[in-house]
Amino acid sequence: MKKLEIIIRPFKLDEVKMALTDLDIKGMTVTEVKGFGRQRGHKEVYRGAEYQVDFMPKVKIEVVVDDALVKQVLDAVTKAARTGKVGDGKVFILPVEDVYRIRTGEMGPDAI
Amino acid sequence: MNAADTAFILVCAALVMFMTPGLALFYGGLVRSKNVLSTIMHSFMLLGVATLVWVFAGYSLSFGTDHGGLIGGLDYLFLNGVGVEPGPAATIPHALFMIFQCMFAVITPALISGAFAERIKFSAMAVFSVLWVLVVYAPMCHWVWGGGWMAQMGALDFAGGAVVHMSSAAAALAAATVLGRRRGYGKMAFVPHNLPMTVLGAGILWFGWFGFNAGSALAANGSAVMAFVTTHIAAASAAVSWVVVEWFHSGKPTTLGAASGAVAGLVAITPAAGFVSPMAACVIGLIGGIVCFGGILLKNVFKYDDALDVVGIHGIGGSWGALATGIWASEQYGGVNGLLHGAPGQLWIQFLSVAATWLFCYLVSLFLFKAIDLVMGLRVDADAEQAGLDVSEHNETAYTG
Repeated sequence: MKKLEIIIRPFKLDEVKMALTDLDIKGMTVTEVKGFGRQRGHKEVYRGAEYQVDFMPKVKIEVVVDDALVKQVLDAVTKAARTGKVGDGKVFILPVEDVYRIRTGEMGPDAI
Repeated sequence: MNAADTAFILVCAALVMFMTPGLALFYGGLVRSKNVLSTIMHSFMLLGVATLVWVFAGYSLSFGTDHGGLIGGLDYLFLNGVGVEPGPAATIPHALFMIFQCMFAVITPALISGAFAERIKFSAMAVFSVLWVLVVYAPMCHWVWGGGWMAQMGALDFAGGAVVHMSSAAAALAAATVLGRRRGYGKMAFVPHNLPMTVLGAGILWFGWFGFNAGSALAANGSAVMAFVTTHIAAASAAVSWVVVEWFHSGKPTTLGAASGAVAGLVAITPAAGFVSPMAACVIGLIGGIVCFGGILLKNVFKYDDALDVVGIHGIGGSWGALATGIWASEQYGGVNGLLHGAPGQLWIQFLSVAATWLFCYLVSLFLFKAIDLVMGLRVDADAEQAGLDVSEHNETAYTG
């Protein structure tokens, strides 16, 4: 099993969610986050005073899937979230040791 | 006594009252979210504190029997003798005149709070406001509207360019001088946390200002109508000129610029409202928006931390408006001529009133702030400032859940 941390532009959330549910992914966790990568930030001006805003708002989606599904997820995310401009985001892929469903006590892939 | 005048001023008093919560929102949106409640409290609480000071003693010091042109007597202490018979205004009850003036005494110290936002102790702010209404506001009010020396000299101030705007701005400058800059000034971004709140506040101020300026005619007459007209035109003009100037200066037209420009125009027309023509109001507003935009840039040059630009908008705008009254005043509207209508002496009188107002209000406010700092401390400690005044001074958080 793998956990994917998918960081995307906020306005792409709905499209990515649909793309993932189309792959029969049954759950995800979404967090509003801030950060910067190569996009860096932008300039804001209030009453003539300029401020550099480094942290851009992004959305982080966390999903856990079977190893076999990882490639499909990446393809789906690319299709849904890509604009081609700097700032589209990243996906971090982490190994997952085990999963436990609190309601039934199931373990492993059945519990995803 | 006149029923129409009474009805009109009753409504105007309510309109001016509404400006203080409007100011609370205007300022509240401009601070960081950890200080929004404390900033709102600085204005809102004065509806309580300044009202009490006013009805106990402030009104009497302002409008009691004149003593040497300097201060009113104690005849109206605790509103003694202030009832339904006419007082200083011939056609409305004395109590109505008193409560209309009360709303001015509330919003004026509230205006100062923009300068010390995000770092003052609530207790120090409350003590300062009580003393300031008694020893700065009441004398100013007496000098200009209570028959004191500025009135005798012939200085024109229709609705409070000197009494309200310059006086609060001079105190704001004193506050910034004594308190010092907010921690991290120049290094961290001090970004407004809620501009929609600020724009809503500016809208409420604009709305209430009709009561402020038109009501200062103290009757439902032609002067009130012309003041209403000039007020709206000046606000509109300054909103436009501010946005145009900042568009050139900083690259984009901003909502904060539109809101700030409107307030700048309202400030600029306040002393002139009942004395000038609608087209003069347009010019006063257009120039007002430009000079106030310049005014807010001053603090970046001189490095004082007037957090929410009280000096830049109310100080510069109020001074400009007072001088502009001396330029454009026309006998046709308020019975007095200015420079452009053949009376250059009026501009000199206006200049004297501006200089005297700044000097008196700055020095006394400076003394008050220093004295309070010595006795009880003005500023919260570093940890409290870091945590924000909402939680450190009031045990509250604005946005939770």
